[in-house]
Amino acid sequence: MKKLFSFSIALFAFFFIASSSAKTIELLNVSYDPTREFYADLNPAFAAHWKAQTGDIVVIKQSHGGSGKQARGVIDGLQADVVTLALAADIDALHEHAQLIASDWQKRLPGNASPYTSTIVFLVRKGNPKAIKDWGDLVKPGVSVITPNPKTSGGARWNYLAAWAYARRRAGNEAGAQKFVANLFKNVPVLDSGARGSTTTFAQRGIGDVLLTWENEAHLAQKEFLTEGYEIVVPSLSILAEPPVCLVDKNVKKKGTQAVAQAYLEYLFSDEAQRIAVRHFYRPSSPVIALKYAQHFPQLELVTIDAAFGGWTQAQKTHFADGGVFDQIYAR
Amino acid sequence: MSLLRKQHSVLPGFGLSLGFTLAYLGLIVLVPLSAAFLKTAGMSWADFVAAVASPRVMAAYRLSFFASLAAASVNAFFGLIVAWVLVRYAFPGKRILDALVDLPFALPTAVAGIALTAIYAKNGWLGQWLEPQGVKIAFTEIGVFVALTFIGLPFVVRTLQPVLEELQPELEEAAASLGANRWQTIARVLLPELFPALLTGFALSFARALGEYGSVVFISGNMPMRTEIVPLLIITKLEQYDYRGATAIAVVMLTASFGLLLLINLIQKWSRRHHRV
Repeated sequence: MKKLFSFSIALFAFFFIASSSAKTIELLNVSYDPTREFYADLNPAFAAHWKAQTGDIVVIKQSHGGSGKQARGVIDGLQADVVTLALAADIDALHEHAQLIASDWQKRLPGNASPYTSTIVFLVRKGNPKAIKDWGDLVKPGVSVITPNPKTSGGARWNYLAAWAYARRRAGNEAGAQKFVANLFKNVPVLDSGARGSTTTFAQRGIGDVLLTWENEAHLAQKEFLTEGYEIVVPSLSILAEPPVCLVDKNVKKKGTQAVAQAYLEYLFSDEAQRIAVRHFYRPSSPVIALKYAQHFPQLELVTIDAAFGGWTQAQKTHFADGGVFDQIYAR
Repeated sequence: MSLLRKQHSVLPGFGLSLGFTLAYLGLIVLVPLSAAFLKTAGMSWADFVAAVASPRVMAAYRLSFFASLAAASVNAFFGLIVAWVLVRYAFPGKRILDALVDLPFALPTAVAGIALTAIYAKNGWLGQWLEPQGVKIAFTEIGVFVALTFIGLPFVVRTLQPVLEELQPELEEAAASLGANRWQTIARVLLPELFPALLTGFALSFARALGEYGSVVFISGNMPMRTEIVPLLIITKLEQYDYRGATAIAVVMLTASFGLLLLINLIQKWSRRHHRV
């Protein structure tokens, strides 16, 4: 009996000491596909930063997948503390369909809540045999273009809108842009469901003369398939892709992780995190870091979705909803 | 009532086991499926029609249905031969061959899809010989058919094997000694015996093909109006947060599949009665 008593005292003391010295906090970051490598690098950096500040240990778990699918997971009850998705529309959905966040979420962090940005560029085969320089070359007969399906892939929607923005500039009107984009999709032999799938089709199946993709994905593919000698072609005009981040208010309140989750998102805008973003070929949002690494990111004209298409909600409705412009392109 | 009571006494445990059966089927099958119906019940009729009968969806129904039908038919024919060989003959490596049949069951469907695409794409093992001849398989309707055939084969073989094992070789010997030639033995003696099992295998393979997603999306190329399968359109709708549109298509597929399976069950029942008098 005495033994048991002293044992329980010891046990109690152990837990007391363990709990008072350092808390271990767990965060879940629900993200999209191409950020896998970036966050794998960033999370340990933040954990060290947080430990230095508070003494607490933070363990960040990652979940990756198609941006829309990930948002649906959170809507359906996945306990994400933060979401870091491919486009604002997918985070808007958390407000529209489940009231998990406030509608003005994008104003809560600097730069439209996008700590890093990217754009759409071309990846072509060694020596650029079809002499592809700009969007105009993609509609030429005999040029085969690889892009995922805009209905299932966030990245593909950026591709489509970038092409549209270029064509509207050239033609001067929407009708001309629609014709151009329709012609471009006539040159597309395969529509994969996601960006990684398209990279595989282009690089491993050897299909297509040009792959439309994220700048960071293009660099990654180039590195991954070094012997193939793929070349990156930067068009004259493209779109500024702003993958935003957001705190999932309802979940962090329930789990009591608001402070650390907020600090995690703010950390994404720090110089250290911005440098990690550059290492993974994301364009930094900090002007200081951007200037320092300017030679890594070719200058080109970038239109924004708000200025050129009236925001995601509008673009989604006009172009990608059922019966929208994309469907009309394929309707016979 | 008295009839029911009589059954009770013949086989004990009927009430209990039926209770379990209903509860289990209800929990595992009916509850999730009825959720789909409930979700669509909130739609207006016009919305429902617009969701399930647009040209793009119609094209997908056609592809899914005919490719599944073709795949199940091919599997019924070759599956019968495979099962026959595995049951009737002894040869070295038979066990390995037998285990191979189950591979499409065990393999994650995405792996199957990627493997098939790698083989049939224009730089793949087979594709590099076929494409110059003008035969395109990856990223066409034929690719969809190939993937569906792959995943459906074990259903036919595994339903036929036990029935074939039951079938006595004496039956064939008797037919031969009564003067039937080989073709007559097959057509008049063997096939009627095998028909119900063959039909079950066909139905399982067909139903599996209708619902298959993972392996097909890699090899089909997903071109609207041409190579989109119905499950892909359901995913597409979900991707736009159109939960209702997605479940509406799901309800159509469910109803159609259920109708087909019921029909096949009826044919089976009829053929059994017809042949076993």
